[in-house]
Amino acid sequence: MILARVVGKVVATRKDPRLEGKTLLVLKPVSPEGKDESGYVVAVDTVSAGFRETVLAVAGSSARMAEGCKDRPIDTSVVAIVDTVSMDEESS
Amino acid sequence: MYLGRVVGRVWSSAKNESLTGRPMLIVQPVTPEGKPSGRRLVCTDWAGAGSGDLIYWARAREASFPFLPDEVVTDATIVAIVDQVHLGGTD
Repeated sequence: MILARVVGKVVATRKDPRLEGKTLLVLKPVSPEGKDESGYVVAVDTVSAGFRETVLAVAGSSARMAEGCKDRPIDTSVVAIVDTVSMDEESS
Repeated sequence: MYLGRVVGRVWSSAKNESLTGRPMLIVQPVTPEGKPSGRRLVCTDWAGAGSGDLIYWARAREASFPFLPDEVVTDATIVAIVDQVHLGGTD
């Protein structure tokens, strides 16, 4: 799973009907310290994440195991909203 | 599967039900020599690993297999704690 921050939302009218009602979020991967990392990803929201929240995203076929994602054309889903990240002293 | 070191932990209350009670640890992938290589990621923990442990982790759909019959929504899981890594031949 990757840590990421919600930076936007995607709106699409014409899409696979199995994606209807799903919220598509734009995620920016972040480091455990909260710094932006390269790239973006669009993910289906399953936990009602809000703008700027740090979340956990699952990719690949595991993404379809999230709530309401079974047999849908989804390869990344948001499965948790992060409260805290704690790093061990020596590694930081 | 890949080698990694546990360097932190993630706490979350609003999450997919299948993740309830599953520790989520931050893992730094390492080379067989123990050097950090690549981005840190978050793994569910099956092996009971702790901070600083050298572990190996599985990715993709297979990462949810250790938890079967529970269907845990994860794409990276710590599946073992490493005792030793031997490099090279036996001679």
